[in-house]
Formats: sequence, C-alpha cells, structure tokens
Amino acid sequence: MNTAYKDWESFQEDMVLAGITPVDTESSSVPTHHLLELCYIPPYNATVVQKLLDQGALLMGKTNLDEFAMGSGSTDGVFGPVKNPWSYSKQYRERQRHDEHGDSHWLITGGSSGGSAAAVAAYTCFAALGSDTGGSTRNPAAHCGLVGFKPSYGLVSRHGLIPLVNSMDVPGIFTRCVDDTAVVLGVLAGHDPKDSTTVQDPIKLPMILGEMDVSRLCIGIPKEYLVPELSSEIRSLWSQAADLFESEGAKVIEVSLPHTCYSIVCYHVLCTSEVASNMARFDGLQYGHRSGIDVSTEAMYAATRQEGFSDVVRGRILSGNFFLLKENYENYFVKAQKVRRLIVRDFMNAFDSGVDVLLTPTTLSEAVPYLEFIKEDNRTRSAQDDIFTQAVNMAGLPAVSVPVALSNQGLPIGLQFIGRAFCDQQLLTVAKWFEKQVQFPTIQLQDLMDDGSLVLENGKLTSVSLT
Amino acid sequence: MSVQASPTLFMAMATAATATSAHPDVVSIARVAPPSSLRRTRSKEMWARALRVRFPATLNRGRGFASKAGPQGKVQEAGQGTHSPRLATQGAGRVPAAKIEHLERLALVNFGSREAVARLEKAIAFADQLHAVDTDGVEPLESVLEDRCVYLRSDNVAEGNCTEELLRNSHHVVEEYFVAPPGNISLPDLVNKTPSPTAE
Repeated sequence: MNTAYKDWESFQEDMVLAGITPVDTESSSVPTHHLLELCYIPPYNATVVQKLLDQGALLMGKTNLDEFAMGSGSTDGVFGPVKNPWSYSKQYRERQRHDEHGDSHWLITGGSSGGSAAAVAAYTCFAALGSDTGGSTRNPAAHCGLVGFKPSYGLVSRHGLIPLVNSMDVPGIFTRCVDDTAVVLGVLAGHDPKDSTTVQDPIKLPMILGEMDVSRLCIGIPKEYLVPELSSEIRSLWSQAADLFESEGAKVIEVSLPHTCYSIVCYHVLCTSEVASNMARFDGLQYGHRSGIDVSTEAMYAATRQEGFSDVVRGRILSGNFFLLKENYENYFVKAQKVRRLIVRDFMNAFDSGVDVLLTPTTLSEAVPYLEFIKEDNRTRSAQDDIFTQAVNMAGLPAVSVPVALSNQGLPIGLQFIGRAFCDQQLLTVAKWFEKQVQFPTIQLQDLMDDGSLVLENGKLTSVSLT
Repeated sequence: MSVQASPTLFMAMATAATATSAHPDVVSIARVAPPSSLRRTRSKEMWARALRVRFPATLNRGRGFASKAGPQGKVQEAGQGTHSPRLATQGAGRVPAAKIEHLERLALVNFGSREAVARLEKAIAFADQLHAVDTDGVEPLESVLEDRCVYLRSDNVAEGNCTEELLRNSHHVVEEYFVAPPGNISLPDLVNKTPSPTAE
C-alpha cells in the first residue's frame, strides 16, 4: 500500500493501542462503572491497529461502544449513549414535525460498535474499526447508512481485540463505500503469529474488486428470515433487491435454513458462557479498576467486579455461570454447541446447493429514538435486534451490510449479504455491484453548521468535516 | 428506490394473505406464518410468571430441566406453525436461593437486586427453547476452524521486557510485585450483598 496514502482511522475502545488511555479529556465526571477505567494504558497495540499504523494511517481516536461490546444500541457505555448523526441530517429533520425543538428525540446508532459507525457516518474519518460478535458492526452500519463488513472468522487477527466470545469475535470495518472496505481489508487480512486462530491460507493482496458478471451469480433468499417483526419498508426493499439481481440475469432462489429460529437462543447460551469465562480476568489485581476493600483477595475481587461491571455485564456473567454449572453443562452449553453445528450445516447446505451469496435484511427496522429503545432492557433488545446477524457469527462466515435506501422517515436502511467462508473478496465484489445500482444518498449535515438554533449538550458543536 | 409491490419470490413465500402496513404508501408483502417456537415461547404470560419471584428457602424447587436426561423433543421446523413445548411452565423458572448464592460465589459478581435474579430467570427460560431441537448423533461444535490445523508458534521467547509498562497498570505494586490482599479467607457475606436479593 502506498505510504503516501494517509487515512484517518478510528477504532473502538475495546481494541488496545499502546500508550493511549481511553479517556474523554473534556469530561471530568465520567461514571466509574468500567473496569478498564481511565487508568489502563495498554502496553501493546492490537495487530489490526499496528497494521494500519504501519501503512501510514493516522489515528483519529478511540470511539464509544456498549460496555464490553454487549448491546445492540450503543446505549450502555460508560461514556454515555451514542447519537446517530442521521438524527441531525436534513433528510430526517425535514420529515419531522417542525415544533420538535431541542435534542430529546435523537436516534440510536445501533450497536455495539455505534461510536465507530457514528464517526464514519459524520465524515470525521475515512474508516473505523469495530468488533462483530453477533452483528455489532453490521447493525450500526445499517442504521448509520454505512458499509459494515464482518470478515470470515480466521481472516483478520483478534490479537488485541478484548475478547467477548472467542469463537465468534472478529474485528469489523466501517466505511462509506465498498471499495474503501476492500482497501482496509487488504491491509488487515492475513495470518498473525500472535493469533493462532488466523488461518495460514495465502491471500491475494492488495484486495482489488473487479467487475462482476451478475448473470453467473446465484443469490439465495433464506425463507426463515421473513419474520412478522420485519418492517414493511425493509421487506419491500429486500424484495426489490432480489428482483434487481434477477433482472440482471442472476439466479435468485429461495433456500431454507431450518434452525434459524433457534439461532438466537443458541447464541445467547454460548455468548453468556464465553463471557463468564472471559470476564473472569478482571479482578483488579494487575490492571483496571481496583476496589478499596482489601480484607481478603476474594472480597477485593468481588467488590472490584461489583463496582466495575454494569448490570448488563453482570447479568451475562451470571447467566453464563449458570449454564456452565456441572448440572447444566450438558443440557445447556453442550446442547448449544450441538445446535450450533446444525446451524452451520444449514448454511453449508444452502451454499452447496449452488448459492454464491445469501441476501437478507440486516435489521428489523430503521434506527429508533433513544427514548423508545431504552424501554426494553439490554438482553431483550439484543435478542430482538441480532436476529439476522448472529447466525453468521456462529458459522464464521463473512457478511456485509450495504446501505440501500432511505426510509419514509429519511433514515438509512441496509441489507446484508452473506458469503462462503474465506470468499470475502467475492462477497465484496457482489456488494460493490449492488452499491453501484442503488446509489445510496449522502448524508446532508450542512444544516448542522448553519442552524444556529440547534444547541447540543454543553454548548459544544461536534465538528464535522465534509471534505 | 421507489417502493412498490413485487410479484416474485416474496409473494410465493407468503402463506397468509393478511397485509398490514404502518405506511399507507408502502405496499407491504403478505405475511408468512410466524416462526413457531421463538415467537410463542417469548409470550408475556411466561415472562410474567418468571417475574413473580419469591425465594422460599424451604421450598427447594430445583430446575426441572436440569434433571431431564438427554436431548428431547422433535425438530421444530421454522415457519410451519407447529407447537413448541412450553418448557417454561415447568418449575415456573424459579432459581432457588442456594443456587443464587452459589452463582455469586463462583462468578464473584453480585446479583444486587431482585430484578437481576428475574433477569436470570428470563435468560434461563429463553435458553430452554433449545431443548426442543433434536440433536441425536450431533457432535458439539467448538470452533469453525475445527477441520484445520491451526498455527502454533515455537516455544521461544520473542518479546517481553516490558515490566515497567505492565506494573504501571496496577494500583498496588511493591518493587516488581503485584500486591494482593491476604488469600485463603472465605468471602464474608457483608461485602457481597448490597442488598441481598434473598432477604425479604
């Protein structure tokens, strides 16, 4: 990659960067429910960060997310919730009632990598990194009108990505167009000796996406993804997308993934179990927040974790520990692992029947207002919102959310393409073709600067560069 | 993209003719029958039951599901409108107080409130849907890379010498040691319960 090519990158706080603390220097009153509080200075860089730095990328900063990447709204982070830049777009605001002044009806970004999505959507940087364990990159990408890419498990190094679910986590990439994703992926992909779950297959780099002959493509539409909760607008766009491929000569067929309805349940068990294990390292002894209680090690650990973890995180740890109890291990954890194999087989059968790429919705609806989102708790929301995205993580397949059109409210809607394992380049080629057909509009934020009546919190305006 | 009905794949997939739409100018595509188990078992009645939590210490009603041996149930084909077993009605999803304490000791994390216990019970009830899947003869999947021989590096020291950076992250360090409070002391109830979810 040309060293003169300077990209501005952001990545979220659960990736480590040597020497930099995840601190918001402008805010002095940050709640302390975060074990990796304002005092953890990582002594090393995540591999994906290092690779970008080696290519001359300029690091903009670290972004907000749901705490420990648990959530589907980016509303449960210690630094507060993330606001979707589309809340302030001309396209959205002109369709709202004009008497809605003030900032109380802003929309969520989706999650958990909402901060990274917001950063790219607001044109503050060229690209951003997130994580994707159950859809945490694709979900906010759909809500923020971005390309959100989840690589094949094993393609991109997880060294330095604070683990949530080791068997499903991958770093995710946010960009405004598919070509940019290919550029970033070309830098990040490849075997890393520090992460033995990266495969050693040779990868053709740089990743250049060529033209595609759509007439040779077979698109699969999984019928079980047509759920009643899916918004009618997204349903319609999904259908139109299928028609688009068909009209260009592609073969579009219905496929079945019979275990789809169990997928979110299986994910829930495996996720909480691995989380219980992964969060065990946070005891306050070697890094992170440490409680003042020091009457015994156990007391100190318990108090530290009580103070340092939010309700969401604690809830998942406790659920995970329940499923891992000796009496429950076979019936829950192992059972979920078996169901996981069935889900993987479903995908394999679909691809073996000649399908190249699956086409599905990414989210059930467009971004919702924060005040509405928080009416349900984190676990319920995650179970609802991850429905189209988490099965992909269980199978380790690559997937990408591509922005398609604006809803009636003027908000972005994305659709998801799922590819075969390690066929990331082919997947992106299909996505690039599709992106060119739909011509998704650019966010119009110019009003934000011109409108003197819009006052954000603390009287500060977010600086947005549109160049 | 203009929004119009498309008489293709999606019409063919629908089995019911009802079409409802929140947007009058959007022609929605007819609905399919709802996926069987997931929708029904997440009913309000089930969650309401789970929320009516009392902790009768004397009534050691364990988790009925844990005592069942082996995988059970028939395969639930999605979208076929079959009934899924309402497993949540058995044992009403209550976790005994002793189990709660045990989990808190294992996790070194406090439930902290009755709501947290209720959330756990909801989570368990949610997970119970897995028992409807027939997994006879299916091996557990641990990693999607199971068919590959993954890389193991040789056991040589390649990096290190970052003692200072590592020690810098700890709150309590003496010379090159992390300092821990005394061990071998069991957790006092005082620290871990704020307030106790089992107290009435």
